[in-house]
Parts: sequence; structure tokens; C-alpha cells
Amino acid sequence: MLQGHQSWIFANRPMIKATGVSGGPFEANGNLANEFDLLHEDLWMGEETYEKAHRVLLEEAMHAALSKVDCQKEEVQFMMAGDLINQLTPSNLAARTMQIPFMGLYGACSTSMESLALASFIVNYQGAKRILSGASSHNAAVEKQFRYPTEYGGQKPPTAQWTVTGAGVALVCENDGTKGVPVTTSATIGKVVDMGITDPFNMGGAMAPAAADTIIAHFRDRQIEPSYYDLIVTGDLGRIGQKATYELLINSGLKINSNQFKDCGLLIYKDNQPVQSGGSGAGCSATVLYGHLLNQMKKGIYSKILVVATGALLSPLTFQQDESIPCIAHAVAIETEGGME
Amino acid sequence: MASKKKKTTPEQLKYQQLQQKHELKRPVLKNCIKAFFVGGLICMICQAVSFFYIYYFNFTEQTAGNPTVATMVFFSMLLTGFGVYDRLGQFAGAGSAVPVTGFGNAVISAAIEHRTEGLVLGVGGNMFKLAGAVILFGVVSAFFVALIKTLLGVWGVL
Repeated sequence: MLQGHQSWIFANRPMIKATGVSGGPFEANGNLANEFDLLHEDLWMGEETYEKAHRVLLEEAMHAALSKVDCQKEEVQFMMAGDLINQLTPSNLAARTMQIPFMGLYGACSTSMESLALASFIVNYQGAKRILSGASSHNAAVEKQFRYPTEYGGQKPPTAQWTVTGAGVALVCENDGTKGVPVTTSATIGKVVDMGITDPFNMGGAMAPAAADTIIAHFRDRQIEPSYYDLIVTGDLGRIGQKATYELLINSGLKINSNQFKDCGLLIYKDNQPVQSGGSGAGCSATVLYGHLLNQMKKGIYSKILVVATGALLSPLTFQQDESIPCIAHAVAIETEGGME
Repeated sequence: MASKKKKTTPEQLKYQQLQQKHELKRPVLKNCIKAFFVGGLICMICQAVSFFYIYYFNFTEQTAGNPTVATMVFFSMLLTGFGVYDRLGQFAGAGSAVPVTGFGNAVISAAIEHRTEGLVLGVGGNMFKLAGAVILFGVVSAFFVALIKTLLGVWGVL
């Protein structure tokens, strides 16, 4: 149901029944290694190309999610996924293997929440019983497309971010009344915001206004205060973007506490890993949410969270043609069933 | 031609100022010092290789340049292939990018990257995608410098 200007309320509370999370070698050395279902020690993952390895990540995450609840892929009506590679190649290839009716989505690094919002909406209105919703990225495949060859010795500035190698998938199902399972309760679809930042090595700084815009819209539409949530977590803003977003939110008069405001890009890696300003990529918010954060919710540490995945909608072409970076953010509220109302 | 710079709205300007406060700046002085020493070290090795060719083979100071460059590019290719050169690049910046080893790295890193698209279209088509600009503008500027030198010679200035 539409509430306010750009938000949906999911009255039937679709459940995130199971999740699957896969990652690469850099994530295995990271802060959240224990929260992955599957980790690879090699970026190639036994494949001939990085794009095929990227596909493997998504397939494995999907199989991991399905096997946790003994669900066959034939019982899943739709698959919604996206990544950062041209023409969504890895997601398309994974959809070919999975043989589940497929919708490809592109929202750069916001794809994870774009797909969760849409999957929840469809399930909420009985458009499907089960939907696999996910996003993935592969460091070497993404660097190849957006930046320089991986072995090129260019110096990255401290504002740069490290693309996560990983896939996160959620099995969104109709609510069957099981207690303690995370459910999606509302979503806010963001608009494209461009504050004229042109540096592709400072994506956090470019995405901050989009994140702030969507968060402000969410609280305006839902007419609640930030204290409603235990945690408001952004996708991959990194050090600079997170600070800038926080300042924008405070300036807008939103009463948000810095302890309840976190960023997936800052959670995933250890401080001593050379990731400059933090993690990024479509797989960043997907792996951290579907691994770490939902585990925390099941343990009862959080009962209501708002996940705001941010995406920088640039391409190598727009950058070379002197376009500034258009950015977007989508938010989905996740609560644990049976949690305090 | 339309102007490339689009007008910045007051709202954009306000945000850009806010963002500037949080933006982590490049440590320029530290980078310069690191680049100076690493770049210097690479050049010192080049000099040693050059002396090696002069003393052990029949090269003169003028002709030793070519085998020296070839040797250094070969070393940089090995280091690129072993995944070391990009780490050196992150540390040294221009120190490892400006010497001829940086040129070798730009060529071979692109070649390795696109090996998966085949030898002709992949390696052949992409090998010079970074270094191509260096070759083009290097040759063009060398042409103009040589032209100026020749003209100055003809006019009797030099």
C-alpha cells in the first residue's frame, strides 16, 4: 500500500525465510568472515574468467539460501537480481543455470534493496509465493569494467573504496506466521540525486545526498521518528559518505543518534585491510545484510532495522564525457516477527 | 561546441562545501617523498644495468639506453605478472609510474586483464589501451621538439 509520496507498507509482512551469502578471499580475511555461508580462497573460483566466477558467486548464494529451508528451485516463482557488469552478464548467466523466471535489475550498488523492495511488494500482494532476491559484485570484474586493469600500478586516493567480492541472496516468502523470522514491513524508493560530484574515486561523497534524501523521505512518509529503528544502516557510503550523510540528516532536523547509524562498507573489512575509505559494490550491502545483520536480528540484538542501499549510477562513458555522478538510494525496513511492537 | 562545465546550482555548491570538510585529502608531501625515493631507486637500478651493458658488452653510453630499457621493462613485466607492481604503485605513486617500468606495467597489466577475451581481440585489442596515449603523445611531442631543434639549427641559433 502506498503511504505518503514514495513509500510502500507491506501489510502482509513478507518473510525473509532464508538467506545465502558467498564471498571471496579478501572477505575471508575481513571482519565478518564467520557470517558467510561460503568463502573462496581464489578470485577465479575455478572458472576461466572473472565474469564466470562472478556468476558462480550468485549461484552458490542462491543454492545456499534454498538448501537452508529444503526448498527446490522449481518452487520459486521469480528470481530478481542485478550486478554492476555490462548487460547484467553474471546475473543473466546465473538465471540461465537456475531456470527460474527472471527479472534483471540495475541500481548499481542499491540493487540489493531495489530487488528486496520489489520482491516484498510482489509477495505482499500474492504475486508470488517465493522470490529469490539478490545482488552480487566481483572485485576484479568490476575494476576491469569501471577502472584500470587489476595489476595496473596506479595509486588510489584515500577517498577510493574497495569493491566487495560476494553475493547475498534472500528467499522472500509469504508470511506463514512463524515467529522470530525477519519480515519486511515497508520500503521507500529513492529518486536520483546529483550534487555535481565528478570524482569517480569519491563515490561515498557523491552518494551521500541520495542516501539522506531517501532516509528523510522514509521518515516523512511513514510519519515516524528515527528512534523507531534500532539501527539505520547504509549500503556502501564509506568513511566520507557516512559522515556527510549524517551531517545532512542532522541539518534536516532529523533526530538521529550516531550510535544507531552504521554503514555496511565500514563493517565488512578490518581496519588494517588496504581498502581506503571502506567497502563498496552491489555485493557489499547484500552480503552484510543477509549475513551479519540478519544473524544479529535472529539473536535479538536488533529487532527493527532500516537498510538504505546507495548506488552511484555512473559509467566509464559518462565519466569520460564529463558528466557528474547521478546517485540513488532505496530503503527497506526489516523487523523480526514477534519483536516488541 | 557547448561549454563542458555545467553550471553548479547553489544547492550543489552548498553540498560540495559540506562534503569537502569530510573528504580525506591525498597526503601530497608524503606521496612526493615516497615517489622521490622509489623513483630514484628505480633509476639507480637502471643506471647499474646501463653500466653493466657498457662494461661487459660492446655498448657505449649512447647505445646502452635501448638494452637497458628493454631489461627494465622485462623486470616490470615479471613483477606485474607476480602481482607485486600494483602494490608498489599504491605505495610509490608517480615514483613507480613515471619511469619506463611504469610504462611496461601499463602495457602488461592490460594484456593480462584481457587475456580472457582471446589473443587477438583481447590481448591485441586492449594491450595499449592505457599506454597508447603515452606512445601517441610521446611521438607527437618528440616530433615537435625535433622540429624546433632543427629549425633553430638552420637559423644558426644553436
